[in-house]
Amino acid sequence: MYRYDQYDQEMVEARVAEFRDQARRRLEGKLTEDQFKPLRLMNGLYLQLHAYMLRVAIPYGTLNARQMEMLADIADKYDRGYGHFTTRQNIQYNWIKLEDCADALADLATVEMHAIQTSGNCIRNISADHFAGAAADEVVDPRPYAELLRQWSSFHPEFTYLPRKFKIAVIASAKDRAAMRLHDIGIRIVKRNGEVGAEVYAGGGMGRTPMIAPLIRDFVPIDQLITYAEAALRVYNRYGRRDNKYKARIKILVHELGAAEYIRQVEEEFAHMLTVGVEPPREELARIAEYFAPPAFVDGPKTVDRSDPDFALWVDRNTHRHKHDAYVSAVISLKPAGGIPGDATSEQMRLVAKLAREYSFDELRVMHTQNLLLPHVRIADLHALWTALDEAGLGSPNMDTIEDIIACPGLDYCALANARSIPLAQRISERFAESGRTGELGELKLKISGCINACGHHHAGHIGILGVDKKGTENYQLSLGGSEAEDVSLAKITGPGFDEDGVIAAVEKVTDVYLTQRSDGERFLDTYRRIGMEPFKEALYG
Amino acid sequence: MGNARDLGTSPDEVQFRFRDDEPVDHGTVTVDACCDQTNATAVRIEPGDDARLLLPFLDRLALVEVNFPVFGDGRGYSAARILREAGYTGELRAVGDVLIDQLSHMRRCGFDSFAPDKRLDKEDAMRAFATWENVYQRAADTRRIIADKRHEA
Repeated sequence: MYRYDQYDQEMVEARVAEFRDQARRRLEGKLTEDQFKPLRLMNGLYLQLHAYMLRVAIPYGTLNARQMEMLADIADKYDRGYGHFTTRQNIQYNWIKLEDCADALADLATVEMHAIQTSGNCIRNISADHFAGAAADEVVDPRPYAELLRQWSSFHPEFTYLPRKFKIAVIASAKDRAAMRLHDIGIRIVKRNGEVGAEVYAGGGMGRTPMIAPLIRDFVPIDQLITYAEAALRVYNRYGRRDNKYKARIKILVHELGAAEYIRQVEEEFAHMLTVGVEPPREELARIAEYFAPPAFVDGPKTVDRSDPDFALWVDRNTHRHKHDAYVSAVISLKPAGGIPGDATSEQMRLVAKLAREYSFDELRVMHTQNLLLPHVRIADLHALWTALDEAGLGSPNMDTIEDIIACPGLDYCALANARSIPLAQRISERFAESGRTGELGELKLKISGCINACGHHHAGHIGILGVDKKGTENYQLSLGGSEAEDVSLAKITGPGFDEDGVIAAVEKVTDVYLTQRSDGERFLDTYRRIGMEPFKEALYG
Repeated sequence: MGNARDLGTSPDEVQFRFRDDEPVDHGTVTVDACCDQTNATAVRIEPGDDARLLLPFLDRLALVEVNFPVFGDGRGYSAARILREAGYTGELRAVGDVLIDQLSHMRRCGFDSFAPDKRLDKEDAMRAFATWENVYQRAADTRRIIADKRHEA
């Protein structure tokens, strides 16, 4: 994985010093809270319901054991002994004190980490396929391109006060495991006649106006990627709406202009930028790519002993095919039945770090589904790994099942939320774990947001739940048919909302409809797409 | 309209200037007016203006002011780079809600003078201009970027 050189290290240290200075000027009254707010936000510091929240960047979700241990130390030293992994592969601490923040950032800098641009109206942390570098189906490892984009976007002088936040995801497979087309810019690295390039989508997003990004260029030669990104961002910076914060994302610009006109403007700017010459030297991508060279894989057994049914179930559900046939990628579920999706204690973080050293070449990933992942595990080591995970409560065999719920922090933490998300996720996962129906339901992605901003990706859930405030009480709208994957679609609302008990019953009812109506091999989503909304509505409201 | 109020800032209002030539001290006009009349040498860009409308007139312009009515509106950064990319060498002045923490980015986008609405603490400002010893991406300045330094012979 990528390692900082003297320059990268100097940049994060300069940033810590700058933040210390900003905090000082705020305390001295030289900065108003209004002036300080965008500065602290660009260092990942939010003011939430009860305390400050610090969001730490995990670029493209990749980190090593030492970094994970530092995340555990920060949880213990500055927070309450746990952290929350997010849908953009970052980690959030919910109980940080303002006066500790610069020290926490300084600690992070000692392990090549930071909170730069994890918030604010700038280019945010770049996310990527969590199986990058391991997946059997990838064209190339997408992370060198994500790292190139990370450096380009860090402290970008022109794009620090964009109309709104800007999220970029990079993948390199036909399969989309990063919700790529629901990003402001989605990039799929492809090969055409042996040449590497980027397929670029723009104007996707969730929030109150969910949109699927249209294709804006089918092939950007890889040595023009930064130039093209610069052009796409410049058009957005100049013409994105600034009159209404709810219409300021690039999706609105692309929608209002029409994709064809946006593309025309970007192409014009791109042609101009090519003459200016903003691309880094070619050797830079090669330098970065060397850090992502595959580890020294060795041959070994390709199957496991399935005599323990619990272990066999975990292997079936939580491992993913690796490019080397003696290895798999192993998902560490942060979704125990009844638990808080994405939360991990410092103790669990340290264990996972240790297991990464022992079993996965010192490498870890954060998944956009709020789970962790060891990318390169020898099949021969799987039983030992599973045993250690299971003992620590990290062995839930539920990847991509109805228990693998994505949920935003909701009204338990968030200042924007209208309803609680976490207790609902806890009750649903418990209900299905107890009834034993999880397995029968197969792949079923349930996503819960506590408000219209959609941090819990409810628009992209096979089943989505949106918490709203209805005359002072929490109410939950149910939607069906969304997907964040390569078969991307937006979920549709079933009808009137439910109270907390009601929506849990409603989830059970729609899964019943699926079980009675499905054809062989169909997932919930496939059945919904075949039979439509009516049978589900009938069961819910008939 | 001989006595029309000057739109622009005066040299007295400029707090930081990175040029040696004499500052322009006369009528600053709007982008529209600049396109209509042939003799204006100073122009003021508002956030919604298209800086590219000025490209035919760059030779006669000695001062372009870019107004930041609120610091969070970042359109002026693009306007500045566009002018520099087109070869504009005159004074490029950031005016309005210009704050300490925007200075280094503005400088990189090609601004070489600064007339903030509220005067800034000089020491804080100098520290801000010097925040980044190295930079990752190319901009309107001529600094060699980190990637260049990594690969120099």
